[in-house]
Amino acid sequence: MSDHAVFILAAYLVGLVILGGLTIASLSARLKVRRELEARGLDRPREQRARAT
Amino acid sequence: MPGLHFLANPARFRRFSQRALPGLALATVLALLVGLYMALIQSPPDYQQGETVRIMFLHVPSAWLAMAGYALLAALGAALLVWRHPLAALMARAAAPVGACFALVCLLTGSLWGRPMWGTYWVWDARLTSMLLLFFLYLGHIALSRAYDDPDRGDRAAAILALVGVINLPIIKFSVDWWNTLHQPASVARLGGPAIHPTILIPLLWMAGTFLLLFILLVLLRTETEIDRRRLEIAEAA
Repeated sequence: MSDHAVFILAAYLVGLVILGGLTIASLSARLKVRRELEARGLDRPREQRARAT
Repeated sequence: MPGLHFLANPARFRRFSQRALPGLALATVLALLVGLYMALIQSPPDYQQGETVRIMFLHVPSAWLAMAGYALLAALGAALLVWRHPLAALMARAAAPVGACFALVCLLTGSLWGRPMWGTYWVWDARLTSMLLLFFLYLGHIALSRAYDDPDRGDRAAAILALVGVINLPIIKFSVDWWNTLHQPASVARLGGPAIHPTILIPLLWMAGTFLLLFILLVLLRTETEIDRRRLEIAEAA
């Protein structure tokens, strides 16, 4: 690349950090909420829960 | 519209999203790998801007998605206020941080592109300032939706902000025509057709498609999380 490579690489790094960070944060929040639902037995549809009880 | 109405039920939406997410994630990763190859290796340097044109493949799709994301917030705001759409508030909560991140990527990559091209990281030019305002509108939406103890009040206040702030979208789009700006005028979505050579236009459109896939993926994933979070809150309150 050219003498502007530092700007190009920094731009792609910024994109990776922000969008990658958002993806990781979204996935970890998803897993955390799913674990809480499982712990409370709310992870199955209402009909299945009613049948189980 | 019937499809959207079908998805208005959060439980039905959740089932749809759980089926769609794995395929969507795979398509996004594959499209991103191809897009990065096209953007960093295959596409030629621009005859005026040289290699720095490669920043455009991140900057422009981020700007498009940030604006489209805000239009989505406004549509969801209208759906919440007018029709009390059960999913609209949850999806708006999910979409606002995604749109804010795309706006931030647009601002930062634009700044890194501006330094070698304009000799400065920032100018208070109409396009840059209106884009910064869009980022602040996103932050306002996120803050407002979480500012009340009653989540419904927060969602309604954020919906009003989304509807008022939508006026900023045409300002961003036409700022380069209405005012004398340092930012270049539109070169893709313009009346005379794109002013970019296909060797650069195709990777740009590919990356825009990839970012759209990523946007949809993140919004679906986060909406699912919001639905489950609301279920937990209801279970705790009961």
